[in-house]
Amino acid sequence: MAGTAVLGRLTWEAAEVADVVDETPRVRSLVLDVSGWAGHRAGQHLDVRLTAEDGYQAQRSYSIASPPGEPPTITVERLEDGEVSPYLVGEARTGDRFEIRGPIGGWFVWKARSASSAQRTRGGGPGEPGGSTGEYDAAPLLLVAGCSGIVPLMAMIRLRASAVDATPSLLVYVSRTLEDVIYREELDELAQRGDGLEAFLTLTREKPAGWSGYTRRVDRALLDETAWPPTQRPHVFICGSTGFVEAAASALVDLGHDPARIKTERFGATG
Amino acid sequence: MSEARLDGNAIGGLLHTVFGAEMTAAVGVCGTCGAAGAVAELHVYVRAPGVVVRCPKCESVLMRVVESPDRTWIDFSGLRTLEIRR
Repeated sequence: MAGTAVLGRLTWEAAEVADVVDETPRVRSLVLDVSGWAGHRAGQHLDVRLTAEDGYQAQRSYSIASPPGEPPTITVERLEDGEVSPYLVGEARTGDRFEIRGPIGGWFVWKARSASSAQRTRGGGPGEPGGSTGEYDAAPLLLVAGCSGIVPLMAMIRLRASAVDATPSLLVYVSRTLEDVIYREELDELAQRGDGLEAFLTLTREKPAGWSGYTRRVDRALLDETAWPPTQRPHVFICGSTGFVEAAASALVDLGHDPARIKTERFGATG
Repeated sequence: MSEARLDGNAIGGLLHTVFGAEMTAAVGVCGTCGAAGAVAELHVYVRAPGVVVRCPKCESVLMRVVESPDRTWIDFSGLRTLEIRR
C-alpha cells in the first residue's frame, strides 16, 4: 500500500513540482520537491504514479537528469498515446503533486572520480566493474544516447562538470532533428570548455543549413569514427530505445569493446 | 518487434519494493541454461498482464510478477539463484 513505511523499503512518496523547463517542443523537465529525498546517483531513475479521481492508476519510469546533490529533475518526452507523459509535459504546473518512488537502480550508474574515494575504501559498490581494482576510476567514459536516452547520461555529464572531474568523456547523441536535441545549449557550452568532454551530435531526419555535425544513424562506422577505441577500455553507457541500444551495443562489441564494460538501459514506447 | 521488450532497469522500482533492496545489480542465474547476468540485463516484457522476465541467452521465463491493489504475486521458479550484493 502507498505510504507504508517499512525500513529499507522503497515506498511511494509525494512529490511537488517545484519548476518546469521546456527543453524542446515535445520535451519538458520537471524539478521535483520530495520531502526527505536522500539523494541519488547519476544514471538512476524514478517511477511516477498518477491516480485518477476514479482510482485508476498509471505509472511510468523517468530518468533523473540532475546530478547527485541537486533535487531530482526528470526530463519527459511527450508520447501522444501515453497515459502519463501528456500530463507531465503539457499540463503539470508548479505546485502540482503526484506520487513518486525512487531513486531506483544501482547498475546503470556512474560516479565522478572525486566522489568515489569513500566508496573505494569498501572495495567498490555493487555493479561497478573494476571498482575493487581501482580500474573503474581511470577509465574514460563513453556515452551513447538515442533521443531521450540522453537523460540519464546528462546526469553523468552534469556530475562530471560539477565535480570538476577530468575523466575524459565522449558523447555520441542521435536526434531526429536539431529541434529535438535536448540540452543542446548546455551540451555546446560544456563541450566548449575544453576540459575533456567531447560531444558528437548526429541528426537522422534533417540537415539544417550550416550544420557541421553528422547526419547519419549511429552504426559501427560512426562509432569507429567518433568513439574511444577499445584499447582505451572505456566504461560505456548506452541509453535509448531497445532497437537503438542493441544496435549500438553490438556495433561496439564488433569493434572490440569488452561486453562486460558496456551498460545499457532500454526505453519503452509507453508514455 | 523489439520495442515491446525492455530490460531489468525497467522493473528496478518494482523489485526494490518487493525485496526491500536495490535489485538491478543483483546477479541472476538462469535455471534452464545457467547463464548468469545482472538483473538489469534481463529481457523484460511489461505489456503482458503483469511483468514477464526472460533469460537474454535462452529466452526461458525467469520471473513473473503480477501486482494488484491488495497483493503482489511472484513466480521466480525459472531462476536457479539470485545473488543480492551488499
